[in-house]
Amino acid sequence: MRAPLSTAIAIAIGLVILFGYFLPFGILISLRMVLLEWAVILAAIALLVGIGNLFYVHWRKAARAQSNSFYSVVLLISLVFTLAIVGWFGPTHSYSLWIFNNIQVPIESSLMAILAILLAYAVVRLLRRQLNLFSIIFLVTTVVILVATAPILGVEVPGLNELRTWISQVPAVAGARGILLGVALGILATGVRILVGADRPYGG
Amino acid sequence: MTFSGTVGLIVVIAFFILIIAFAARGRGRPSRNLRDIPAFARLGRAVGNAVEAGTRLHVSLGSGDLVSFHSAVAFMGLSMLRRVARATSISDKPPVATAGEGAIAILSQDTLRSNAREMRIEFDPLSGRLVGLTPFSYAAGALSVVHDEDVGANVLVGNFGSEVALINEAGERSGSLTLAGTDDVPGQAVLYATAQEALIGEETFAGGAYLGAGPMHLASLQVQDIIRWVLILAILAGSLLKLVGIV
Repeated sequence: MRAPLSTAIAIAIGLVILFGYFLPFGILISLRMVLLEWAVILAAIALLVGIGNLFYVHWRKAARAQSNSFYSVVLLISLVFTLAIVGWFGPTHSYSLWIFNNIQVPIESSLMAILAILLAYAVVRLLRRQLNLFSIIFLVTTVVILVATAPILGVEVPGLNELRTWISQVPAVAGARGILLGVALGILATGVRILVGADRPYGG
Repeated sequence: MTFSGTVGLIVVIAFFILIIAFAARGRGRPSRNLRDIPAFARLGRAVGNAVEAGTRLHVSLGSGDLVSFHSAVAFMGLSMLRRVARATSISDKPPVATAGEGAIAILSQDTLRSNAREMRIEFDPLSGRLVGLTPFSYAAGALSVVHDEDVGANVLVGNFGSEVALINEAGERSGSLTLAGTDDVPGQAVLYATAQEALIGEETFAGGAYLGAGPMHLASLQVQDIIRWVLILAILAGSLLKLVGIV
């Protein structure tokens, strides 16, 4: 086995967390809480390392004048500027909040708006790519939900609201629960594979 | 211990025992017949094409964090990254992994580093990257990788919401394959419309078995099938008991 020590530590900690969740023993519960707090602290440190990585990737791209390196320069300036302002004044100061409310929020809202157009186009492209029964059901359902939620020119088609309610409460919920059941089983299987050391995402 | 806690523990222990039993039984036997999932067949071809054409593969691990249940799907993405990295180890261009959380980005580097050590190839520390910390900034960061880094195929396995459409659109425009799976239900609806190959539900977690990651992955698929049938029977029994007024 590669990296037996890290594998043994990962399995032992995984088992403590798992049994601490299910079994009502004080020591297991306390140990679980301490280990989870450590995980949160490590995740925060990993975030700082990740930001360093982000900075270096774009620094290298800008220094080598690779394609679209202008955007890397913009990112670097924004990163340094934001770090300086938020680091100096604190995250709740009006300057920090101004950056968030006037730069971050509008940019993300714009991306959301682009997404709405892009999804409408994607549905049409889906029909071109795979014209089958499921794609047609997908398109018809999307149109019914859209028209019932936001009637065109305020004209309401009789029965459409009831149809929308039925779709969103019966077949959509049934399908979502089926998918969630499959996802939950997949998550459980992944967790068990990690606990027995078959999957080692920590590189061992 | 509560009733639901007891049932949960029994399911987990049953999962443990069955996976180990099936893996032990399947060791040394030829791989079983798996249901055909076109996405994985297409990924196999895309890996071969990328090696031949000298393009690289982009593995996107989403913006789920390590200390939530979204970490499981990111771990699945890391497992696929390991398989993809191994399959493309003879290529000039190693795969690039993008993540939306610091710890997952470090784990992606660790995965690529351990693969490079095993295959005795050079490791590029910038092949595993953090590209953005919110879902939309992550999507924006991943877009530049898809557009600028000569990507032949994109494997998106992680926690994605509707923002994944932006990455898929970039893949479509740059002419690269997009294969995507997520644990988020609205995200799956978006993937169905936008990805060239969408993985639905548990298909996202079956990647290891289809990419030949070992008997444990095959065993876990078998156990998932068994537990699924048990759950279906329990739901039907509960519905019947409710119908006749017993519960």
